[in-house]
Amino acid sequence: MRADQILHPTPAGLYCPPGDFYIDPIRPVPRALITHGHGDHARSGHGAVMATRQTLEIMAIRYGTDFAGQTQAADGPLRVGDTTVSFHPAGHILGSAQIAVQPDHGPRIVVSGDYCRHPNPVSAAYEPVACDIFVTEATFGLPVFKHPDPAGEMTRLIASMAEFPERPHLIGAYALGKAQRLIMLARQAGIDGPIAIHGALQRLCDYHVEQGIDLGPLVPATAKQVEAQLVIAPPSAFASAWVQRFRDPVIGFASGWMTVRARARQRGVELPLVISDHVDWPQVTRTITELAPSEVWITHGAEDGLMRWCELEGIPARPLRLVGYEDEPE
Amino acid sequence: MRAFSTLLERLAFTPARNAKLRILRHYLEQTPDPDRGFALAALTGGLKLRTVTPGLLRGLMVERVDEQLFALSYDFVGDLAETIALLWDTDRDEDVPLHQAVALLSDTGKAGLPTAIAGMLDRLGASQRLAFLKLATGNMRIGLSARMARIALAEMGDPDVAQIEEIWHGLTPPYQPLFDWIAGGPRPEQAAKAPFRPVMLSTPVDLDQLQAFRPEDYVAEWKWDGIRVQAINDGGVRRLYSRTGEDIGTSFPDLIEALNFDGTVDGELLVRRGDDVAVFGDLQKRLGRKQVGRGMLDSHPASLRVYDLMIWQGRDLRDLPLTQRRAVLDGADFGSDRIDVSPLLPFATWDDLAALRADPPAAVIEGVMIKRRDSVYVGGRPRGPWFKWKRDPHVVDAVLLYAQRGHGKRSGFYSDFTFGLWDADQLVPVGKAYFGFTDEELRELDRFVRNNTIERFGPVRSVAPKLVLEVAFEGLNASGRHKAGVAMRFPRISRIRWDKPVAEADHLSTLKAMIA
Repeated sequence: MRADQILHPTPAGLYCPPGDFYIDPIRPVPRALITHGHGDHARSGHGAVMATRQTLEIMAIRYGTDFAGQTQAADGPLRVGDTTVSFHPAGHILGSAQIAVQPDHGPRIVVSGDYCRHPNPVSAAYEPVACDIFVTEATFGLPVFKHPDPAGEMTRLIASMAEFPERPHLIGAYALGKAQRLIMLARQAGIDGPIAIHGALQRLCDYHVEQGIDLGPLVPATAKQVEAQLVIAPPSAFASAWVQRFRDPVIGFASGWMTVRARARQRGVELPLVISDHVDWPQVTRTITELAPSEVWITHGAEDGLMRWCELEGIPARPLRLVGYEDEPE
Repeated sequence: MRAFSTLLERLAFTPARNAKLRILRHYLEQTPDPDRGFALAALTGGLKLRTVTPGLLRGLMVERVDEQLFALSYDFVGDLAETIALLWDTDRDEDVPLHQAVALLSDTGKAGLPTAIAGMLDRLGASQRLAFLKLATGNMRIGLSARMARIALAEMGDPDVAQIEEIWHGLTPPYQPLFDWIAGGPRPEQAAKAPFRPVMLSTPVDLDQLQAFRPEDYVAEWKWDGIRVQAINDGGVRRLYSRTGEDIGTSFPDLIEALNFDGTVDGELLVRRGDDVAVFGDLQKRLGRKQVGRGMLDSHPASLRVYDLMIWQGRDLRDLPLTQRRAVLDGADFGSDRIDVSPLLPFATWDDLAALRADPPAAVIEGVMIKRRDSVYVGGRPRGPWFKWKRDPHVVDAVLLYAQRGHGKRSGFYSDFTFGLWDADQLVPVGKAYFGFTDEELRELDRFVRNNTIERFGPVRSVAPKLVLEVAFEGLNASGRHKAGVAMRFPRISRIRWDKPVAEADHLSTLKAMIA
């Protein structure tokens, strides 16, 4: 069987005919395999969903327990139609996985989803999975993206908090994954007092704690008087009147996009922190070199840059041009 | 240079003036000499380094990175120095002292420059690379004036801003004597000729407040709408300073050439054709130019209208009362028809002066100045001896069209408002205002914006055209950059007209008719 008969893009998402399933579909489908819990990959309303136990639990928190007709936790290799599938840690967020698809006849395909190879205290580390075809994101698929050591970014945050002790520091971070990672980075950097979190983060933070990730003392940032200098909130909160309770805040944002000044300026960010849950350029190119697949498929992001690199390296590559996935949420 | 790169980054992203000042002061306090002095010079445009061209940098890059990947990256980042800082591949991140980078950029010959720059980039991490490349291209863009740098210096020790301004132009990087003085050492000798002297400023007044004073104790003159300057010829060294001590002489070579006197004088820079003083917009065309073409010199000739004498023919007059300085001024020969004296206005009562103010003989007059006859000339803004009584602002009723979120104390509030006027049956944006309202009014405006949003573009919202704002402004310039063809000066929201129907807002033609 040819590779594109095993997996190919459709308007609903990547479809696997021999297994009769979709991976991270953007529309309701009878059977979905889901890499991780971010809203653009994990949607509600599918007939059956297979994902890691943590991803299923995260989906239940976000959408309610009836988010799919039936669910199955991916644990070890499983038969789906005429294929065997297995889930492997992706290092992106809690519960995130790469999905390896092994058809009975034909090449082995690994769909990496969103992945990251920086050490991340809230996610199991990325695990290289040998394959014939490697399906990768290219969110930061340009050589300008070399994410710095997050500890250095925390040093800048702490320096600003010391320089402006009277100003609350409001840091925008995506509610699932980035926010908890930021809290853990703050703890590792020595911030052990209360950190305030926006209401939208509460349940997801509670879940991380239940999963054994000690986020330390958290207080709600919904009160009139917020008793913490460091406040973490989802990016959408910054457009709401919620911000008005803070007096002269320093607005920060934790994202890989903060590498580029114009991006930071467009958002009106005073303290850009380059912290990303995605592979940067050195990581994505190193991963492809290590895995040495016979072909690379690129799902979304800055595919032109990665396509060009594959061309220079003599690795066959093609863009899938999947729509409906956000680059790292802005 | 690590601290310097952090400084540049913090200044670039910090919008609030006071926060910038604190960041700069901390840097200057914590950084050793001579690096802090070179940083200060870099920020205030006082470093004269070899300028590195974009072509040279591009050349370095294409030797190291695939051209197509470089093009894609540049396209994404949008800034050449930043693209190169990010793309440059090295594992090293040495903290190279700033003075080493400055020495490299001032001492290296043209032929050796590419190799030297590449060698330096190889030693630096990304944020230091960006700082170095900004230094090399002479393009700091951090929104910090030399005036603000001097305020930060004044916050570090005893000398105040006026004292620092007075010696500033005699100093050269890395300013060791200046920092020594701030730390308690001796005041640096003023060695340079034609130094800037702190300018005397006025406080606003109105007719009610004037009733407390006796008219016979004061003189009055027109307040000309140009740029307040200090013009100097000190033993042949000629200088033209703005009132904050920026040397603006290079933009006005015609006036520099006309400073055929011996002294330091206080006056208004104007564009004047014969007896006609041109509107501010004409003067604005001359500002900020490194070179002025012949045509511009002919069509927009610069002139000086003198208000006061500070130093005249070797004598410092600043401790004399105004009437005595004025007597010298009235008898002075400036040796050029580009220079004349601002006439005094005849008045016996404040009502006389009010009548003059209400009907000035030229559009370029923006009110009257009132000065105590016995006032000595002191730098700064003392309360009392000098008043400005500005003409009433122009107002238009405009419609709120867009709003943008503010920073700092206004975080979370829509506080920057774009407003428009009718042009036939369309509303055309004509300007932007972000003050004039109270905190309570800001909350009301914020609520209105949130409840009437049509579209969002990042931090900007377009708003249903439902609210009329009375906008006050000081004047109008014709402008090619604004869609409406006019630019307001100093626009602010003077009233929120919750009561007024949008259809009754003003028309663009009304505004255009105000251009003198």
